[in-house]
Amino acid sequence: MTELSLAPGAVDRDRALRLLQDYGVYGGVLALLLFNFVFTPHFASAENFRTQAVQVAPVLIVALGMALAIGTEGVDLSVGSVMALSTSLLSLYLGYGPWTATLIAVAGGVVAGLASGALVAFVGVQPIVATLASMVAARGLALVLLPQLKDVHDPGLAALGSGDVLGVPHLALIAAALALLVAFVVRRSTFGRQLLAIGDSRPAARLAGLPVRRVLVVVYVCSGALAAIAGVLATARLTASDPTSLGTLMELSAITAVVVGGTPLSGGRVRIGGTVAGAVLIQLLTTTLVKHDLPPSWTQIAQAVVIVAAVYAARERGKR
Amino acid sequence: MTTDTGEATMRTETPAARAGDEPPGASRSERLSALAQQHGALVTLVIAVIVASLGFDTFLTGDNLKNMALSSAFLAVVALGMTFVVVTGGIDLSVGSLFALGGVLAAWGSQYGTAVALLLPLAVCGLVGLLNGLLIARSGLAPFIVTLAAMLGARGVLLALTDEGSRTYLVDKDTFFAGLGQDSLLGVGVPVWITLVLFVLGAVVLRRTRFGQYVYAVGGNEDAAALMGAPVARTKVAVYTLSALCAGLAGALNAAWLLSGVTILGSGMELEAISAVVIGGTLLTGGFGFISGSLVGVALLKVIQNVINQIGSLDSAYQQVVSGAFLAVVVVAQTWLGRRRRVL
Amino acid sequence: MLTVTGLCKTFPGVRALSEVDFTARAGEVHALVGENGAGKSTLIKVLTGVYQPDAGELSCDGSQVRFATPLQAQQAGISTIYQEVNLVPLMSVARNLFLGREPRGRLGLIDFRRMHRAAEDTLRAMGIRVDVRRPLRELGVGAQQMVALARAVAVDARVVIMDEPTSSLEPREVRTLFGVIRTLRERGIAVIYVSHRMDELYEICDAVTVLRDGRVVHTGRLAELDRLRLVALMLGREIGEVREEGLTKFTGSRDTAARPVLEAEGLRIRHQLDGVSVSLRPGEVVGLGGLLGSGRSETAKAIAGAVPVDGGRVVVAGEPVRAGSTAAAIRAGISLLPEDRKTEGIVPGLSVRENIALAALPGLSRFGLVDDARVDRIVDTFMKRLRIKAAGPHQKVGELSGGNQQKVLLARWLALHPKVLLLDEPTRGIDVGAKAEVQALVDELADDGLAVLLISSDTEELIEGSDRVVVLKDGAVVRELTGDAVTEDELMRAIAAVPAGGHDD
Repeated sequence: MTELSLAPGAVDRDRALRLLQDYGVYGGVLALLLFNFVFTPHFASAENFRTQAVQVAPVLIVALGMALAIGTEGVDLSVGSVMALSTSLLSLYLGYGPWTATLIAVAGGVVAGLASGALVAFVGVQPIVATLASMVAARGLALVLLPQLKDVHDPGLAALGSGDVLGVPHLALIAAALALLVAFVVRRSTFGRQLLAIGDSRPAARLAGLPVRRVLVVVYVCSGALAAIAGVLATARLTASDPTSLGTLMELSAITAVVVGGTPLSGGRVRIGGTVAGAVLIQLLTTTLVKHDLPPSWTQIAQAVVIVAAVYAARERGKR
Repeated sequence: MTTDTGEATMRTETPAARAGDEPPGASRSERLSALAQQHGALVTLVIAVIVASLGFDTFLTGDNLKNMALSSAFLAVVALGMTFVVVTGGIDLSVGSLFALGGVLAAWGSQYGTAVALLLPLAVCGLVGLLNGLLIARSGLAPFIVTLAAMLGARGVLLALTDEGSRTYLVDKDTFFAGLGQDSLLGVGVPVWITLVLFVLGAVVLRRTRFGQYVYAVGGNEDAAALMGAPVARTKVAVYTLSALCAGLAGALNAAWLLSGVTILGSGMELEAISAVVIGGTLLTGGFGFISGSLVGVALLKVIQNVINQIGSLDSAYQQVVSGAFLAVVVVAQTWLGRRRRVL
Repeated sequence: MLTVTGLCKTFPGVRALSEVDFTARAGEVHALVGENGAGKSTLIKVLTGVYQPDAGELSCDGSQVRFATPLQAQQAGISTIYQEVNLVPLMSVARNLFLGREPRGRLGLIDFRRMHRAAEDTLRAMGIRVDVRRPLRELGVGAQQMVALARAVAVDARVVIMDEPTSSLEPREVRTLFGVIRTLRERGIAVIYVSHRMDELYEICDAVTVLRDGRVVHTGRLAELDRLRLVALMLGREIGEVREEGLTKFTGSRDTAARPVLEAEGLRIRHQLDGVSVSLRPGEVVGLGGLLGSGRSETAKAIAGAVPVDGGRVVVAGEPVRAGSTAAAIRAGISLLPEDRKTEGIVPGLSVRENIALAALPGLSRFGLVDDARVDRIVDTFMKRLRIKAAGPHQKVGELSGGNQQKVLLARWLALHPKVLLLDEPTRGIDVGAKAEVQALVDELADDGLAVLLISSDTEELIEGSDRVVVLKDGAVVRELTGDAVTEDELMRAIAAVPAGGHDD
């Protein structure tokens, strides 16, 4: 009874906005694809699509974890640094074989996520601040472990980075598998339901006896682990570990992908399909600008505009 | 340090006339918490300085201190602006990019004279800050996301200005502008003096003007501030503009010091500035904080950095680990102290 | 001073105010009373510019006014002191008092010396002595409220609205507050005083306006209205109105000898509960009576572990339950249907199906994955049994009507097979048909052996639905109505009773 009534006009506008927010990202991807098919030479080649898929994979994987964090009305700013930490750990322990090294790298991500998650869930620090601290510390740790760029020569990792199955690059396959896995978890698991309930209405979730703290910690652990996996894959693709620059601004790309994909910053919803499309959209935007000889600076400016526009559009519903 | 001595004396001189209506048991542990929050950083700084000067002969030398002061100056100016933003309960992640952008603009502008070299970065950065502020205050977007986008956008503008970062503008050594970064006064670099003057000004503005009161009120309880007639939106726009101006000015001074507009600077600076502000005792949740604390925070970070550099075997990257851990500890302590004080 | 006439305000589905006339006169303390949903808060929000009225006029000092924002109302001289003090807790007392009108000296800088002296003088004039340099939050709630009052008066408020100002005050603080209110009255300020504490109303107020269901049901001098009559007006009941069926209903028909399944003893929450004890037997519906703010909801929440308690214990079927943990309470078989359905009950963005299954999820999962078939079965069962009207199990709960949302919540708890069901205002804000259904359902559940604690502001519902009624007042049990005493008359008498001698609040 404390809600104000909406005028009919406002309802229509509301619906239009909702549609735009939910499906706008797919429209954007389609529009960019069409534009490129028509105006960009050599765009419609299998080789090009392979390149695009390989490039989008790390962002996509990071964005999956980010979507979970945002679904609980939080955010994880440490993802880029966790990628750097992961690449450092990977090349440091490569001597024990690629699998062991990968496991250690992912464990590093889990620990970073555990730290952020504990700060958020048990101490009650705002997610931005908690993950900011992890962001600084993880990047520093990465640089301590591996002070500068180091080439990674490992046949196993090289195969992972540049190999393919039936023409589909490994990276793309892994990203797709993880996206399906996360989508499955969100839709079907107990954890997924609890996550959404916590993000939607924390007091209700608490009164319903949900393990709010545990779910929050697990969310940040997932985000950390996914970022670490992205770090391993990026290393494999570049065949080099570069803790200084790997993953810088990754948090922004991931947040953009999630928000553009229709997941509101106010929590309670996680749209994995939209997130995937959001990551693809940013990738296509970059490609389009690059292929038309616009310098990278334009890409950054464009991305900044896209993210502000996406958040602005989502604002109306967030306030509801 | 330079600030609120007036406040401090006032606070101490009247333990007398309080009575009646306070809840029992509030006073002592409450005051201890408050003390820890306000002076924890200063105490840590003193300890760090003592340890460093005992451990390294080279630490407490005039040259080392002068260098430290000079290299702290730029971060300090950025942290000054950040303090205002954080006290309103916001955050400004764009300052690192604006710092770099300010440097490049100043270096480019220095060929047209000192006025252009100073005003151009201030104008451009101020505009970005204004835009940040308007999006945050008028459209109600989350500060971190707006300023994160601004960070990216400003970096993009910078790259566009410098042929994708490949071009470096130089500052002519014999100009007045270069002197702002190069000269010394009484053996101390001009940037240090400028920084100190700015901090005094900043402290006066935050403590002693009506605008300063509004900054605290907005951060402390936005709804109440609005009901009490404080211009909430205008205050927010002002602090983000101020923060951007500080970042631009710091960049310009830095360019005068380095004699060039270096494009790769400033990444990660927003984190250093936030760390310094928080370590200095300002609450990230807003409504509480002081300018002098931020100066102490910057000094503490730089001392730690200096010590790590002096231990030759340690990589400078330890600096980041230490400040990250420090930030986490401070935030946990603040949350904990804050909760204790609220319960009481 | 401040007059409203013919005020109407409608929200979707609810007519919150209709044709309300109200006048606050200078130098008079005017009590505004009414139960939940009577329209008090809506009226206050209209007076202070938070809401715009749909119809009616607002006039201040004889000239018509319109407030688009709370700030405008404040500038017109109408100040509000909320329960939650609306000041900036981290700033000093003096800064709060003077925000936006600080005395300034040279260079436009604030003259703190002058400001502190002026602040001290102002507060001293109201009989408060505090160190004005200390942060506001270090003061007690009462002193904070005093500062808010001082600020209101200092900004030339001519009407001061106080919304339950004493709900978290110590008795000593209440005395000081009343002193201040009397000073305000002498200065010719109109005070609108909202409270449920009968004793306070009679002590401080000159006039009274009673609201019920969005209408003014009485207005006049308070002294001319006795307590029982006032309670009757608020609850919308006539005293002595003989209700034959009320005496012949199922009271006593249930097994009163059975061992209690829930025993709550000496529950204590600072400022809210003062040693409340309640016990429930299987198959029994116990009503929790009392006015708003008497500690009804707090009792339910304390039992369900949703608020931290300062003392007392809860035992279910002989096993003590860990306090302050909803999860522990739920495991023990206690389910709470919270009063605030929208923010504490439903998860609006999730579907009917997910909301029903939410609390029971761990039991409905295998290896962390939701067993969809079992969930569907349970959801289907409850949707049928409770007759939940939705487009389907996948419709968002936020889109349902209030009654159906309530049924979804009931289903959520029933899916857990609880032993004890705490219902806090289960029929508030839902339409008549759904209300009857929910009431019938509660009876049915009790017949199945569930112990039910029922809280309701609707006296009729409370009396008709309960086997026993425990009456609360100011956070303590004042009476228990059993057997033939379970009548509205007795309930109202219990609430209105003047405390015997020195009651210690």
